[in-house]
Amino acid sequence: MRALRSPAPLTGLLLVAAVLTLALLGPALWGESAARIDDGAILQGHSPAHPLGTDDLGRDLLARILVATRLSLLLACLATVVGVAIGLPLGVLPAVLPPRGARAAAGTINALVAFPGLLLAMFTAVVSGLGARGAVLGMGIATAPVLARLTQTLAASVANADYVSAARVLGVSRLRIAVRHVLPNIAEPLLLNITLLFGGSLLGLAGLSFLGLGVQPPDYDWGRLLFDGLSRVYVDPEAALGPAVAIGLAAVGFNLLGEGLAKAASRRAVVPRGAATGEALREARSEGVLSVRGLSVAFPGGAVPVRDVHLDVAPGEIVGVVGESGSGKSLTALAIGGLVPYPGEVTGGINLCGQDLSALSPGELRRLRGTSLAMVFQDPMTTLNPALRVGGQLAEVSTTHQKMPRKEALARAVDRLRRVRIARPEERARQHPHTFSGGMRQRAIIAMGLMGTPKLIIADEPTTALDVTVQRDILLLLREAAKEAAVILISHDIAVVSQLCDRVVVMYAGRVVEELTVAELRRARHPYTRALIAATPDLTTDRDKPLATIPGQPPSPFDDPDGCAFAPRCAAATSACRTTRPLLEDGIACLHPQSSD
Amino acid sequence: MPASAIERLTVRYGTHVAVDDVSLAIPERSIVGLVGESGSGKSTLAKALVGLVPHTGTVTGADRVQMVFQDPYASLDPRMTVGASVAEGLKLPRAARAAEVARLLTLVNLDPALAGSYPRQLSGGQRQRVALARALGARPSLLVADEITSALDVSVQGAVLNLIRSLRRELGLSVLFISHNLAVVRYVADVIAVMREGRLVEVGPAEQITSRPHAPYTRALLDAVPQVGRTATARR
Repeated sequence: MRALRSPAPLTGLLLVAAVLTLALLGPALWGESAARIDDGAILQGHSPAHPLGTDDLGRDLLARILVATRLSLLLACLATVVGVAIGLPLGVLPAVLPPRGARAAAGTINALVAFPGLLLAMFTAVVSGLGARGAVLGMGIATAPVLARLTQTLAASVANADYVSAARVLGVSRLRIAVRHVLPNIAEPLLLNITLLFGGSLLGLAGLSFLGLGVQPPDYDWGRLLFDGLSRVYVDPEAALGPAVAIGLAAVGFNLLGEGLAKAASRRAVVPRGAATGEALREARSEGVLSVRGLSVAFPGGAVPVRDVHLDVAPGEIVGVVGESGSGKSLTALAIGGLVPYPGEVTGGINLCGQDLSALSPGELRRLRGTSLAMVFQDPMTTLNPALRVGGQLAEVSTTHQKMPRKEALARAVDRLRRVRIARPEERARQHPHTFSGGMRQRAIIAMGLMGTPKLIIADEPTTALDVTVQRDILLLLREAAKEAAVILISHDIAVVSQLCDRVVVMYAGRVVEELTVAELRRARHPYTRALIAATPDLTTDRDKPLATIPGQPPSPFDDPDGCAFAPRCAAATSACRTTRPLLEDGIACLHPQSSD
Repeated sequence: MPASAIERLTVRYGTHVAVDDVSLAIPERSIVGLVGESGSGKSTLAKALVGLVPHTGTVTGADRVQMVFQDPYASLDPRMTVGASVAEGLKLPRAARAAEVARLLTLVNLDPALAGSYPRQLSGGQRQRVALARALGARPSLLVADEITSALDVSVQGAVLNLIRSLRRELGLSVLFISHNLAVVRYVADVIAVMREGRLVEVGPAEQITSRPHAPYTRALLDAVPQVGRTATARR
């Protein structure tokens, strides 16, 4: 709950705590003086005995305001309960009813939301009779549509989840789906918004009482006191201001707290540019396109997903980086691109196109990466901005980094789209990303990378979301791009990597364990590389034997065993493997290299 | 257990025909592989089989169909323990449930002690096995597995594929195994059906489809399968 430490939510928390204490203790402490009728002190202004004056029966107004806290809060609480009791079930209905019923429920919510809330409250209050009961019902009914709409939206996001589908296939009843699957998974945002609604109810009830529709004498809440005090506002302003301030403070308190909680719940990791390079090894070679020395990525709390990685890429070379999820392959790519998410810390030496990244200013870094590095990510659906035309997005690269006039940049965008073999590029450039298929989007992103004159293209699982036939086209496209730029292809699939690359780097638990040419893959020496290849079924795999698997799980990025990280899963491991960490020598980090005989 | 048969199944989304007049038999105790590109209608066919989308045509012999989904991170309710998820489909008195959950978890090679843990504490492969256990709890006559290994690492994929094969052997399970990866389908399936644009292009024994395909489209799919040590070539 770090969010509560910032000033606004903290103020809210203090105000709410104060109001709740008052509600609890108020009537006991000041109940007597609030009820004491004093004929000699009717309608007085402020005095030492009565700081906010007295009312028409000579009762002390300050005491009455303090005592009224309990009733005001109680009524707001009841109104919120009524609102939740109506709004929540109504909002869940569209997610669980069959299509026709769902449409009817959604339509009802739409109609109710369109109706002005306060009008609904007043109408209900008048119909159900003046007094606290009518006001509570009215306020509750007025807040229900808002809550129903919110619940409907939140529930819709969960209703299509696979686990809800699975429950439906299992024959779980609709009611049970709503209670066990939908509601628990939207509980936090709902609770937070109910806190906000509570503040709103408090205000609304005060408003109703103020209009004479709410609490009737001899009962009194803040709104009633405000109503009584307002007739004297020109003579004794404090009589009206007192309850007004109380209402204001309490409502502000609940709203600040609710917003603080909502913010805390919706906190997402920000992704600023990670620190590029640290003080560590700076011996990265300056020849070649990329030279990485001793690269590590660490996160606070002790997770080190990338450990001491060395990587060299020569001009025109296509290097594949293979590993399971959690092997650190993607973070290595992000570190080169300066995209490690906050609060990750990158150390080690990176030399890109002959320039030591640690020696560059932030502006120079941005320019170097913007023009000589292109990155292609896994999900082509989220890499392009859905609101902008494809051509404009591509042109932006050149207008920003090469200061190219917009018209010229657009022409270049069309040319690049043609180069990645998108049919009718002029027309396509004017379209939005949603009209592109997954494969076409990935082409457009490669085209975006080609807008500058990249020396290095880093493609992180570029084909994982695509079909095999489209996958092959994208790989061929990358190979063509490699005539002018070096390519790093990151993939979990060793077969995909071997289709395109010259050289393969195998990573495990954040470290490079083997480096070999594609031709050597069938003669790989590291047990992990061999296991990866054996576990990948192809069109010649023997169907009568069980598929090879790798027992166990990779170590967590928090653990850094003394020995080889793969030893617990390795059939060839000896006791030495568990105590001595093999270093990467002659392209392999293993104490017991295997031979293929 | 009778064989399941899909007869002239059609699914329409408005004017778009996602599955077009598909007939497919799934023989008893066999695994039928269904391959095709995204948009070919294979997932829609799966959803129609378990009643998640409305369809025309008939499905016989598959009164108890269960499904396992692609993404093991999305198919388990994060707020429910593994045991509660698996128990959800059981039509058993409360007292007998714990024992049945333990039996099902053992069946998919998981430690029954995992019943008390939450999905976030499990790896992707373990989650997929929990999803399998949940589906098996309903004693399905047909299991639909929709891309169940495509979100998994290679090292884990093998274990799930072996599990599917051993379940067929031990329980006599019929499976419709959907995947875009022909190499994976070839390994687990007895019969392969190739789907394109909502229609079946070719159906035949797995070995024949992968070694002597008739349809040009099947050939194109086979050519595109990545193989270790074989470089990509342009489409023929």
